[in-house]
Amino acid sequence: MAVIETKNLKKIYNQGSDIEVRAVDGVSIEIEKGEFTAIVGASGSGKTTLLNLIGGLDKPTDGEVMINGKNIANLSENEMIDFRLNNIGFVFQSYNLIPVLSSIENVEFIMLMQNKPKAERDQRAKDLLRSVGLEKELHKKPGKLSGGQQQRVAVARALASKPQFVLADEPTANLDSKATNELLDIMYQLNQDEEMTFVFATHDQRVIDRAKRVITIDDGKVISDINSPQ
Amino acid sequence: MLVKIAWRNIWRNKLRSIVVLLSIILGIWSGLFIMAMTLGLNEQRMSGAVNTYLSHIQIHDLDYPIDQKLKQTIKEPNNILEVISKEIGIKSFSKRQIANGMAASAKGTYGVQILGIAPEEEKKVTAISNHLVQGTYFEKFKRNPVVLGEKLANKLGLKVKSKIILTFQNSNGDLVSFAGRIEGIFKTNSSVFDKLSIFVKQKDLANYTGLGDKIHEIAVLTNSMDNVEKVKSDLKKVGKNYKVESWDELSPELGYAQEMMGTMVYIFMGIILLALSFGIVNTMLMAVLERKKELGMLMSVGMNKKKIFFMIVLETLFLAMIATPIGMLLSKFSIDYFEKHGIDLSSVAQGLESFGIGSRIYTYLPNNLYFKITLFTLIVTLIASIFPARRALKLNPVEALRSL
Repeated sequence: MAVIETKNLKKIYNQGSDIEVRAVDGVSIEIEKGEFTAIVGASGSGKTTLLNLIGGLDKPTDGEVMINGKNIANLSENEMIDFRLNNIGFVFQSYNLIPVLSSIENVEFIMLMQNKPKAERDQRAKDLLRSVGLEKELHKKPGKLSGGQQQRVAVARALASKPQFVLADEPTANLDSKATNELLDIMYQLNQDEEMTFVFATHDQRVIDRAKRVITIDDGKVISDINSPQ
Repeated sequence: MLVKIAWRNIWRNKLRSIVVLLSIILGIWSGLFIMAMTLGLNEQRMSGAVNTYLSHIQIHDLDYPIDQKLKQTIKEPNNILEVISKEIGIKSFSKRQIANGMAASAKGTYGVQILGIAPEEEKKVTAISNHLVQGTYFEKFKRNPVVLGEKLANKLGLKVKSKIILTFQNSNGDLVSFAGRIEGIFKTNSSVFDKLSIFVKQKDLANYTGLGDKIHEIAVLTNSMDNVEKVKSDLKKVGKNYKVESWDELSPELGYAQEMMGTMVYIFMGIILLALSFGIVNTMLMAVLERKKELGMLMSVGMNKKKIFFMIVLETLFLAMIATPIGMLLSKFSIDYFEKHGIDLSSVAQGLESFGIGSRIYTYLPNNLYFKITLFTLIVTLIASIFPARRALKLNPVEALRSL
């Protein structure tokens, strides 16, 4: 069974008016466990909207989003928040770490919301930060970290809740080449070692080059879906 | 960790938090200080009236307070005097014979109330002897000594040793003239009292009124203000011939003023706390809107609304919890200081005296009010935090994430 499945998914803004925008227009895709998929397209093509719909951050106008066979479009707001907490990891373009918390606290925070015991939180946060190469930066606050380091903390945070998959919206947009490659290496390794599913919305060629599958979107429609040879 | 985040969040913008803290501190301090000044002012006015003439309880003949006729002396005073001397709650008492008449000097005449007293007895009830600005208190002059207020003395152009003529009706209804000599001049906080009251010895007055040792009034001072009602009800049981009244019945305006001040201090504080709550709402709203993106992220990664609400409320409460004790301590120190040393308002002394208040105001605030105001402040802060917290809940995570 696909981890993520969308069926004729639509997101239409200002429906019925002269300025109607079809941000996502009948997208049907399936993403299996362990995929390393990039959703690509120009700015305004609808890739971020699609990612938001898959992540349950936005409600579709029509169609279904099935996560492990469960249609999340029918969940209430509170159920959706819980669902996101326990099933989806998010990595954002501008890191979006909690500035008043240290790296380890940022990672622990997610597990705290899951009511995990202190010892487990502490151990997992350390393990995750070690896996993204930040074992020496555990107690630094985001302001003291570079962009690349902050994004690595964000990846560790996304994995903290042991999600079904990670959604990353333009994760490398603010990073230089070195930091981008380091981040992609880490994510690729996690994908390989732990079979973690990653879905990126990106127009960064460096990410596209590393993706195993590339879904191209234009005007809210899937125009190509290619499995990369690597 | 929510507590940790909330605590650290308030220090993200130190200047803003300090401004909020200062506004709460100053709000509490100014509110409490105004309360303390108002209560102190009222307390002084009341205790001034009680200590200069009124005392805590007065006993008259049943009809005396209505007609104030010379003949309406207390019937069988010994019955009630016996009870008074045995009552534990009573500190002291003074018997008074009273005549209403005219005071005349070479400069003019003035309507006055002449109080015939036993000086040693009166000294224990009222503090006229402590308010002398000239002369002595029934110590030197043997024949018809008179002690009167400074205002009246000035009006009549009298000094110590000056001669004064008091004219009033005796018990037969005939006009008599009492020739006295000024032995002392007092000045109390009440210019009205100082203008109208003349003290003479009771036995001297009796020689003219023809009332002998009959009395019109017994002024009773209780051990404490809290005992007044109990003593009054004990004295009322003695008989139906007596009118027993407490200070607030004798001078209802004092009682009303106390009630009014009691209400006003809460209104003052209410206004200050309301203003404070707007400041808090404004600041916290700014803090929420500034962190829109972060709040959007928190919602996205699965922080539920209850926790977000709690976090914002907690941030506001932290500010109040820091500022309130500081505001309270500052208030306590300043109120205690001015309770001891007073605030000099001599520039408006005349106006204050016409209200029976001295030129120095001594602040006064009962301890229970500090606790009440602390509680009110925390409640107001809690209420003020709800609006920004609700605003945070209304954020759409997708839109919030898009914000700058």
